[in-house]
Amino acid sequence: MTQLATEERVVPRRGLLHRLDVKGSPYLYIAPFFLLFLGFGVFPLIFTAWVSLHDWSLLSEEHTWIGFGNYTKLFDDPAFWNALWNTVSIWVLSTVPQLLLALVLAHILNQRLRGQTFWRMSALIPNITSVAAVAIIFSQLFGRDYGLINWVIGLFGVDKVDWTANTWSSHVAVSTMIIWRWTGYNALIYLAAMQAVPKELYDSASLDGATSFQQLRKITVPAIRPTIIFTVIISTIGGMQVLAEPLLFGGNGLTGGSDRQFQTLALYLYEVAFGRFDFGYASASSWVMFLIIVIVAAINFGITSRLRRS
Amino acid sequence: MRRRFTAVVPIVAAALLATAACGSDDGDSQAADDGPVALTVATFGEFGYKELYAEYMQLHPNVKITERITKTEDHHKNLAAHLATNTGAADIEALEEGWIGQFTAQPSKFVDLSEFGANDIKAQWPEWKWKVGTSKDGKVIGLGTDAGGMAMCYRSDLFKKAGLPTDRAEVSKLWPTWEQYIETGKKFEAAKVPGAHFFDGPTVMYRSILGQAPVGLYDGDNVVVDSNPDVKKAFDLSAQAVTSGLSARAEAWTPAWNAGFAKGTFATLACPSWMMAYIQTQAKDATGKWDIADVPGGGGNWGGSWLTVPKQGKHTKQAYELAKWLTAPEQEVKVFQKYGNFPSTMTLYGDPAIKDFKNPYFNNAPVGEIFSKSVTTMKPQYLGPKAGDINTQIINGLTRIEQGKQTPDQSWQQVLTDVKALL
Repeated sequence: MTQLATEERVVPRRGLLHRLDVKGSPYLYIAPFFLLFLGFGVFPLIFTAWVSLHDWSLLSEEHTWIGFGNYTKLFDDPAFWNALWNTVSIWVLSTVPQLLLALVLAHILNQRLRGQTFWRMSALIPNITSVAAVAIIFSQLFGRDYGLINWVIGLFGVDKVDWTANTWSSHVAVSTMIIWRWTGYNALIYLAAMQAVPKELYDSASLDGATSFQQLRKITVPAIRPTIIFTVIISTIGGMQVLAEPLLFGGNGLTGGSDRQFQTLALYLYEVAFGRFDFGYASASSWVMFLIIVIVAAINFGITSRLRRS
Repeated sequence: MRRRFTAVVPIVAAALLATAACGSDDGDSQAADDGPVALTVATFGEFGYKELYAEYMQLHPNVKITERITKTEDHHKNLAAHLATNTGAADIEALEEGWIGQFTAQPSKFVDLSEFGANDIKAQWPEWKWKVGTSKDGKVIGLGTDAGGMAMCYRSDLFKKAGLPTDRAEVSKLWPTWEQYIETGKKFEAAKVPGAHFFDGPTVMYRSILGQAPVGLYDGDNVVVDSNPDVKKAFDLSAQAVTSGLSARAEAWTPAWNAGFAKGTFATLACPSWMMAYIQTQAKDATGKWDIADVPGGGGNWGGSWLTVPKQGKHTKQAYELAKWLTAPEQEVKVFQKYGNFPSTMTLYGDPAIKDFKNPYFNNAPVGEIFSKSVTTMKPQYLGPKAGDINTQIINGLTRIEQGKQTPDQSWQQVLTDVKALL
């Protein structure tokens, strides 16, 4: 009885520390991320908004308040709309084939293969190569006079294509680089999800005589639908921010071709900020770009969550 | 309890971060003049300073020089960012002609070199070179390094195949004007030399013609692209050369252009002095094939740089001493003979070390004489703060003509709209 009494007396003090530990520690553990996010995420975001309301040259000491002047100028700017259109076009041209190819690739990697790990690791190699190296090699491949691709299509009697000169051809070329870099990466994400699909489903499907493609369509895709939705959203956000590929594809200059035919939003932003040092205008366009990404991601989410329910 | 706790954690963590950030304070901010001094020099392209650094360090054992070379465009962008954030700039930063206007418009970021007595050595440079390196309110921002000067590089082997003269004096006679240059080009094309066209593409030609005008894109503070006949002339002549089918369509500074030097896909290329070094690195095996004649239309200038001392440096006095030494005539001669960058120090132009210098790569062309003549007869042109961007729009316009997307008239109209959008 006395023993019990002393224990009871001790409990409140130990309990306080214990409660503090249980309730407080998780916040301590997650704090570093949120602090970094505050410093490198939220602060720049708010500061950019502040800058976007000024006539703010990178080199000048004076920053004049101009309210929403940069934004009205931006909406009147044909170069901005052109960049937006290019971005959407390149995004569609790259994301759709990329995810379809990734799905097929993952399906093949999911089979019993000799040297399985080797093939799976290889799928990631394009992604770990530097984007600059990829862009430089691809611009050589797509060269007008000495490019490998023009040489190959020349064998079939097709005329040489001046890849950088036209809108469609430059979009195809830029999209090819993105597809090359990201297909394997998405394939591995799909593969990870596919591992969780019960093997028995495939076994019984095989017994019923379903082909590999039918299995992919009827079993795999429905089973990994959440993962597909995830990759669609991630690729969308990535696709809205494409910069290095069109920048390096053109060889030189920030305008993305002689007629801005492959200048993406991010590249236009870069031109304004670091070509003309006009940080106010660049900040305004980066905020608009941010809003566009949010809207596109929301639409994406709306469509895909409806798909998920169906 | 919970609320207070969550509020405390970020503060404590922030304090920890802050103290950690303070730990990396640099110790040498109080260094005396004769103590050890570390200087960083940031340049782009090929300034040819490597040997000079070694020499300077031998003369000044307390100085240690580190060099930082970045691509021209990146170099200037990085510098703008370093100046804006007041951190990260080198002790000496080089500026190129096309960019310097943007920086001299903000003199407060740089040391006024006249404080260290730069006015005493003013006489080294031609008036215009000095002026470009000086801000509007008279602060001396940069000391001149090289100057462009103009000539015409040509492939004598291709000229021979086309039945044109190959001797440089006779070649010079082919094109006293740019119109005659285009006529010669038509003759060259008519000879149908396999795999070769007369010139590389419109970019270099346009810049060269523009560089010969007394007034270019800017007249004082005003952009005069739409009203200055000399800009239109540079555009029209380049467009005419393109529509006459003379172009190899090798866009300047792309891999195709680089390959063109070695493969001989184009027979002529307007040559500022610094282009010599570029050709020699791109076409290593073509010794003796390239030669240099006079440029059509007389003297002109394209290119040239300055050395500046940003204010944020710790050893601005020593940085100035180094910049002064690097741009002194004795050093400029060494750079010219080894690398071909033509000095902007006037006192040298009569010097036999420059005047009589022949470049063996270019078939022993008397490059010293050619470029001395070009630089002394040139009319210096003021390049305004947005010259680089405006030129990009105009060159894009010429490229659209070359790509067959627009007629010269349509292209020029779009150029005017695009330029207006920049201002």
